[in-house]
Amino acid sequence: VSIWVLRGLRDGVVTSRWPARPDPYADGWRGPVRGSAPGGPAGVIPSCPTGAISVTGGAVRVDQGRCILCGRCVAERPDLFAWSRGATGPAAAVLAREALLVPEVPETDQGVGAARVRLRERTAALRRSVHVRHVDAGSDGSEEWEIQALLGPVYDIHRLGVFFTASPRHADVLLVTGAGARGMAAPLRTTYDGMPDPKVVIAAGADAVSGGLLGVSEAVTGGIAATVPVDVWLPGSPPSPFGILNALLIAVGKLAAGGGPASQRAAASPGPRSDAGATGEGDASKAARRRAGETERAGETQ
Amino acid sequence: MTMAQTDVSTLWTELTSRVGAGDRFAGLFATRVEGGPLVLSAHVATAGGIDTLEAPLPPGAASYPALTPRLGAAFWYEREIHDRFGVIPEGHPRLAPLIRPGSPEDHALPRHVEGYGIFTIPHGPVRSGVMESIEYLVETPGEAIPHLNMRVFYKHRGVEDRFAGMTPADGVLLAERAEGIASVAHALAFCHAVETIAGCQVPPAAALVRVLHAELERIANHLDVAVRLVDAAGLAVAAARFALHKERVLRLVSRLCGSRFGRGVIIPGGVSAVPVLPPAQILAEAGQLRQAVTADAAALMTTSSFLDRLRGTGPLTSQRARQHGALGPVGKAAGYADDARLARPYDGYRSLAAPPAPGHTAGDALARLRVRWEEVDQSFGLLRQAAEDLPERSPDRARVTCEPAGGRAAGWAEAPQGEVIYDVELVDGRIVRCRPRSASFHNLVLMHEVFTGDILTDFPFIEASFGLSVAGVAL
Repeated sequence: VSIWVLRGLRDGVVTSRWPARPDPYADGWRGPVRGSAPGGPAGVIPSCPTGAISVTGGAVRVDQGRCILCGRCVAERPDLFAWSRGATGPAAAVLAREALLVPEVPETDQGVGAARVRLRERTAALRRSVHVRHVDAGSDGSEEWEIQALLGPVYDIHRLGVFFTASPRHADVLLVTGAGARGMAAPLRTTYDGMPDPKVVIAAGADAVSGGLLGVSEAVTGGIAATVPVDVWLPGSPPSPFGILNALLIAVGKLAAGGGPASQRAAASPGPRSDAGATGEGDASKAARRRAGETERAGETQ
Repeated sequence: MTMAQTDVSTLWTELTSRVGAGDRFAGLFATRVEGGPLVLSAHVATAGGIDTLEAPLPPGAASYPALTPRLGAAFWYEREIHDRFGVIPEGHPRLAPLIRPGSPEDHALPRHVEGYGIFTIPHGPVRSGVMESIEYLVETPGEAIPHLNMRVFYKHRGVEDRFAGMTPADGVLLAERAEGIASVAHALAFCHAVETIAGCQVPPAAALVRVLHAELERIANHLDVAVRLVDAAGLAVAAARFALHKERVLRLVSRLCGSRFGRGVIIPGGVSAVPVLPPAQILAEAGQLRQAVTADAAALMTTSSFLDRLRGTGPLTSQRARQHGALGPVGKAAGYADDARLARPYDGYRSLAAPPAPGHTAGDALARLRVRWEEVDQSFGLLRQAAEDLPERSPDRARVTCEPAGGRAAGWAEAPQGEVIYDVELVDGRIVRCRPRSASFHNLVLMHEVFTGDILTDFPFIEASFGLSVAGVAL
C-alpha cells in the first residue's frame, strides 16, 4: 500500500482552482454554435441535423439546446455561425429553455428573470453543502463519463461541498442525462418524487434538453422536461466536466445564472468570472438564506 | 462480403455448420421493407470479412423455428427480433422483453431458482453512483448468486429506427451517439459500410488519423475500467491516478479535434480534418502518457490486496467464449481472440504492424484486466507508428467524396469493447435501414454465466471487468 502513497504524490496538485481562479481548459472549451446578430442572412442556410437553426426577423438563431456541435454550419457559413467559447460562465447553462436561443429573442429576459426568482427562492434553503443524485434517462454513455470525471482529482467537486448520493432522500439536486427514454420515465419520476423539497433539476446535455439527434419518437420524449420540471438547462453533446460543474454551482445559487440582460450574455466569452458567488458571499446574506430555509422546512412539517 | 438468400431452416443449418467449422456467429436481426416480408439476416465473421446470410419469412408468418436451441448465442438476438416485430421464434427458451419496455405486466419479478430463503434483489435501474440505467435482478440466498437476470430495456432510445431517412453525413453523427464511449469505433464501422457501398478508398493520411483516434479511445476506455475496478477495491489513490490518466487522454483528444470523444472527426470518405496538433507533439504527449500509465499499471499489478479480488472472479470458460463468439477483452481473456484489426484489417491497420494476440485462457476478471493492459500498450505502439507516419502523408487530402446512391454493405471496427458491426442499406442517397450491433450487446448476455462461486461483493468487479456500455445494448 505504501507504494500508492508515493505514487499519489508524484504529480503534485493537479486539481483545478476554478471557480476561484480561471482555468485555461475551461476557457478554451469549444461550446455550442452561436448564430449571427441581426443583419439579414444572405445565401443558403446550412442544413442542421437536429434542426437547431432558425431564421426569424433577419437574425439567424441557433438553438443551443439542440446543437450537437457537429460544426457543419460553422464550416459552411463561418460568416453566420461561430463556436461559443468557454465551458463556464453565466451563459453556459441557463435557467429557461428559450434562453438557449442564441442570439436571444427579445422575450427571453422576462422568462429568465421569473425563473431566476423562482430558483433563488428554493436554493436559498440549500446549505453550503449539496448532494446530487444522477439519473440516466437514455444517455449515450458519454455524459456519465463526464460526470464521473468530476469525482476525479482534476475537477474534484468535493472541494466545493458537492457530493453524489445514492439515495434520492438525501439529494438536493437531480442531475439528469439522456433524451428521456420512455422506459426511464417512471423511474425518473419516482426518483424526483422521492427527493425532499426544495429540489433543483438539471437537464445535462443536448439530449436531456431537447432529445438531440433522437428528437421525439416512440422511444424517447425529446428531453426530460416531459417527465420532470427542469430548472437549469445545460447544452453540449456531451457537456464538458467544467460545463457540468458550472451548471451545478448555478443550480444551487453559488454562481450567478445567465440569460439575463443582453450585456451579461455577451460577456460569455472567457474572462473574469463571478467568483464571488462561490467564495465571497457575505455572512449577512448567508444568515438570511439559512433563516429562509428553516422557515420553509418548518412550513413543510406542519 | 457475400450475401445469400434462402429459407429459414436452410439458413439455420448453414449457420450452425459454418460456426461448427470455425466461423463466428456475429449477429442476427430482422428487417421489413414497407409491404414486404420480414427478412432474417445473420452475420458470420470469417477470416477476411463479414458474410451476410438472409432468409425471408413467408408473407404473414407469425412465427419461425427458433435458432437459439441450436445456437445459444442467438438468445438475445431472437428476443430483440420478437420485441421489434412481434414474430415468435418457436422453441425459444424465454421471450421476455429485452430492448423495449413492453407493458408493466411483463415487469413482474421473474424467479428462476427455487429454494429455502432464496430471494431476488432488484438492483436498478437507478443505481448507486453515476451509472447508466440497467436493472440487475440478483437471485440469492444471501451471499452466493445462483442466478442473475438483466433488464436493459429502460434506456432503449430507438436509435436503429432513427437512422431511416437520414443521409450518410447525418447518419455518422447518430452512429457516434449509439454508444457514446465508443464514438470513434461506431463512426468507423458506419463509414466503412458506406464506403464499401460507394467503393471509395480513404486517403492514407485519413486512414492514419482514424487509427490515432480509435486507439486513444481504446486507451481511455481501458483506463475507465481500471478506475472502476480499483474504486470497487477501495484503492483511493490508484483510482485518482487512473482517473487522472484518463482525463489527460480525453484532453489530448479534445486538443486534436475539439471533442473529448473524437466526435465529428470520422466522416464517410475520410476524416473532417487532420489533427490540430502537430504529429511531433502528439508523439511527445503520448510518450509521456505511456510512461505514466505503464508505471501505475505495473504498481497495480503487484498490489496483492487488489489482485486477490480479481483472481478467479467471474470466470468465463474458454469453451463458452468460443461457443458464444465472445468479443474484445472478454473473449481474449478466455482464449478466444478475434480482433477485427487483425482478422479483417481496415484503414491504417492494413499498413501498421499488427498487435500480437494475447495468450490468456483463465477467463476471470484478472485475465480481462491483463488483456486490457496489453491492449493499452499495443495502442500506444500503434499511436506512435501512426503519428510517425503522419508527416509523410499530411500533404494528402483528408477525405474523398463519398456519396453513394444505393446499395447495401456491412462495415466493422474494433471498439474497446470488441467488434462493432453496422449493416447499412441506402436508396437514393438516403439510409433506408441501418442496423448497429455493438460488442456490448453481444457480450453482456455472458454476464448470466460468470457468477459461479462468486458472491454479492464480487458483483462490481465482474461488472466493471466486462467494460460494457448499456447505451450500446438498448439501442
